[in-house]
Amino acid sequence: MEFGNVKRHITPTIEIPTASLGDIVFLLLIFFLVTTSLNAEKGIGLTLPPPGEEVEVSSKNILNVYVNAAGKILVKGEIVELGNLEQVIRENISRNPRLIISLKTDKKAKYEYMVRTLDKIKLSGAKKISLAVPEF
Amino acid sequence: MKFKEKAKAEARIPTASVADIVFLLLIFFMVVTVFKQYQGLRVQLPAAKSTQKLEVKRNIVHLWIDRSNRINIDDVIVSMGEVYPVMYQKLQENPAVIVSLQVDKGAEYGYVAHVMEELKKANALRVNFATLSLSRGEG
Repeated sequence: MEFGNVKRHITPTIEIPTASLGDIVFLLLIFFLVTTSLNAEKGIGLTLPPPGEEVEVSSKNILNVYVNAAGKILVKGEIVELGNLEQVIRENISRNPRLIISLKTDKKAKYEYMVRTLDKIKLSGAKKISLAVPEF
Repeated sequence: MKFKEKAKAEARIPTASVADIVFLLLIFFMVVTVFKQYQGLRVQLPAAKSTQKLEVKRNIVHLWIDRSNRINIDDVIVSMGEVYPVMYQKLQENPAVIVSLQVDKGAEYGYVAHVMEELKKANALRVNFATLSLSRGEG
């Protein structure tokens, strides 16, 4: 009887308190909630041509799009409004699917003008886009 | 009196699974979180409708150009002449890099084109013009 009593004594219930676990996890959750910035990298992707690689392209397969320092756009000798550019390029591509759009921007032009023109060219579905390099 | 006692029904919301739910959320956020690595320069990005998300997150080199023509590559201010060696070094370490150009919309295009020429020389050919997304209805 006495022996049994002793045995009961040396088997205590070992327990790790888990009541605060939820609080700790909540704290971590709030930390990650606050620090997470879900804004991924966004933009217009383009692959530049390797330097020094010049490919002869017949001039009828090139559509030059000029942007001047004031942001005005010239296509085939005519001023095109930004809103119409997408349509104009789309028409030209449907006539010649091998058309390369060459975007020539004045070096004094703002970057914004070039991007908004490039945006329209991208929207028109053109796959072959070339950025002409101005003299600097 | 007896009637009143009966109305005291026990309403308890089981909270045993809250910890599990929170754990799930925690794991989600831990996986999704990408800490902002760089301070960069203060730039106002242009907006564009054809903005697309970049599918990769790890192989990106950030290059900032601000309105006063300062260049910053991954938080190091560099001059025009240093763009090529710095980018060349980065290409040696990781040939799959994509250069994300965070250029202020007021920057001069000639300057940006010059930087792009340097990138071409360093063989960093995959570039991404960072833009803000503009929904298709606007602008």
